[in-house]
Amino acid sequence: MNKILLVIQREYLVRVKKKSFVYTTILVPIIIVAFYAAIIAIGMSGSSEKNKIAVIDQANLFNGKVENAKNDGSQYEFITGQSPDSVKENFKKMGYDYFLFIPPMNITQAAGNIQLYSQSPVSVNFKSKVERTINNAIELKRLQSVNITRDQYRSIQSDVSIENKLKNGKEEKKSVAGVASGVAFFCGMLIYIIMLIYGTMVMRGVMEEKISRIAEVMVSSVKPFQLMMGKIIGIGAVGLTQFAIWILLIAGLQFILPFFIPGLDVSAIPQAGPGANVAGAAGMMETMRTGLHSVPWVLIIGCFIFYFLGGFLLYASLFAAVGSVVSDDQQEAQQMVFPIMMPIILGFVIMTKAISEPNSPLVIFGSLFPLTSPVVMMGRIMYDVPASQLITSMLLLVLGFLLFAWLTAKIYRTGILMYGKKVTWKEMIRWAFRKS
Amino acid sequence: MIFLLLINCFVTLSIRLPLKSLHTMNRLDVKHLKKYYTSQKAVDDISFSLAPGSIFGLLGPNGAGKTTLIRMITGILFPDEGDIIFDGQSFNPDKDNAFIGYMPEEKGLYKKMKIGDQAIYLARLKGLSRATALERVKHWFIKFEMESWWNKRVEDLSKGMQQKLQFVTTVLNDPKLIILDEPFSGLDPVNSNLIKEEIYNLAQKGASIIFSTHRMEQVEEICDHIILVNKGQKILDGTVSGVKQQFKEAIFSIGLDDYPPVTDAPFEIIGQNANQQILKIKEGYRSNDVLQYYLAKQVGINSFQEILPSLNDIFIKLVHGTPLARQFETVTA
Repeated sequence: MNKILLVIQREYLVRVKKKSFVYTTILVPIIIVAFYAAIIAIGMSGSSEKNKIAVIDQANLFNGKVENAKNDGSQYEFITGQSPDSVKENFKKMGYDYFLFIPPMNITQAAGNIQLYSQSPVSVNFKSKVERTINNAIELKRLQSVNITRDQYRSIQSDVSIENKLKNGKEEKKSVAGVASGVAFFCGMLIYIIMLIYGTMVMRGVMEEKISRIAEVMVSSVKPFQLMMGKIIGIGAVGLTQFAIWILLIAGLQFILPFFIPGLDVSAIPQAGPGANVAGAAGMMETMRTGLHSVPWVLIIGCFIFYFLGGFLLYASLFAAVGSVVSDDQQEAQQMVFPIMMPIILGFVIMTKAISEPNSPLVIFGSLFPLTSPVVMMGRIMYDVPASQLITSMLLLVLGFLLFAWLTAKIYRTGILMYGKKVTWKEMIRWAFRKS
Repeated sequence: MIFLLLINCFVTLSIRLPLKSLHTMNRLDVKHLKKYYTSQKAVDDISFSLAPGSIFGLLGPNGAGKTTLIRMITGILFPDEGDIIFDGQSFNPDKDNAFIGYMPEEKGLYKKMKIGDQAIYLARLKGLSRATALERVKHWFIKFEMESWWNKRVEDLSKGMQQKLQFVTTVLNDPKLIILDEPFSGLDPVNSNLIKEEIYNLAQKGASIIFSTHRMEQVEEICDHIILVNKGQKILDGTVSGVKQQFKEAIFSIGLDDYPPVTDAPFEIIGQNANQQILKIKEGYRSNDVLQYYLAKQVGINSFQEILPSLNDIFIKLVHGTPLARQFETVTA
């Protein structure tokens, strides 16, 4: 027991002390936050950009004035006394970026033939902004024509969101699908990535021991099983450490960043949008916020930790077995690793299906089968999984891990001492089921 | 407590008693060891004993089963049949590992790990405390003039330096049984001698050493006892001088003032140069008959000596079935 602790300690310290670990652990959250900040910054700077638009409004939609033009970031100037053709030729020389020509129209009918001239193609974003501005003006005209004020119109508009309640026998509860399932999906994806990255790390660690020929020295001091599990647990601990640091750093950076860049705040995004959109964006933020409050964090985090550990341990033992049989040929390693990648990828595919059909037989099977359950169950967890299925899935995962650890340990024991021989899957399976 | 101790004593005594009846207790007794693989009998009924302080040569061609045999003695593999008795008790790898030092033929260390840390880690895996491990590592590093390497990585060392480090890590736990598989490969003569000296020292302090190699001249120089393994079976067992006596073929070298033509002699000449003649005495004659023959010829005799076969010759003869005489021709020609 003492020896396995020594192995864990070494595997952990060697990796944590590496420069590359320090770099990735510190840089990744900085990159994520910087990326995030850049997106906000670009969004803000885009809206503050001044677009000077020359307008000839022959339909008199605007009455010579555009409401909320400031929010739009565009500057509309109305030109009278010049023919549209001459402005069309000269708007750039006159100091405008665009020329908007609105021909006379009957506002009760569908508007058409409105033209926006520019030297280069305009962005979809800008085009829709101008369209929105014109639509607002037409709507206002139409409201006026039937004697309805804008406030009256707003009071007539309706915006409902329906609530999904679950009725199962006597119990009645609110479904938290939606934001919560988004969070769960994210967790499932995280487990998928962790299993791949850290599983491969275990494989490379085992290969290193085999290729550098220290394996034989090691197994004359510790049992192969101790060496294998020590490595797996040590690398798992590295993963946990990295995640803990990432979460702390991202949270910390998000907290301190607004102090460095004034006005950079999540709440600044909807305000930067055009007036008509504010209500919608704020509404969405509100749903997000209440949604996040309604997420059963204890369940999600509990399941995340369980399925993370279970999935990692199970796959790491498989990766260790593969690492023990390959010689120093990278290509060979890739070939051998493919059969292990398959169920992980399959799990991911089934999880995406879990979002749309959480109770289809395939998804239920995927969330119980130990090779796919860590990923699939996370995607499904928010859709009211029966406790019996959850417990079965967890039990199967634990049993699956024990079974695979037992089988792979036998492959590992033989594999790490075998040099210069290409091992096939058939041989590996024979070793696994050989009586010891 | 005392009761427990008594039981303990009783148990150990009861295990040791039948073995104590042997004249001396061996460090290691290997009895009828077998390990069969599907394709071959890697080790097929091998037995031998190893006394404390002896240096034991384990010889055999490639694929003879030496590595499998060693792996069973180090607890890496379990025998299919047979017993290993270590220090008078049935071999228990978990416990006895702490008293064994193993330097395999396929040598290796963690390339990216600092040398000092690595040596301490390997020592601690043998059950040493951190403090003891540190103390031992320092002691050996000073002895082998390796102190300045402490913070280097293994990948920065030359192959010979790595070999030296590997030897040190093998003996850090002060093992009672040291198994060295080709310990001199890649070492220059200076470092070879350094390690050879250490092997003698360790043996003198009571450690038993199993030394496996293909280099027969090293075996002759270092070992006091050898076994030869071929195709999983032991084909030779004895002291180095005993084995040589056993395989001697009545071959002598003689130095003469003049080499007259030889006719009707009790020997035949199998090699000759300016200083000596190599001859093989014919069946039914003795060495004295050679001397009498030349005395009768009135030639001055400067030297006369029996040539014992080298282990190399015996090895080749036993493994490949090549006649000894032909080997001599090629060696002396």
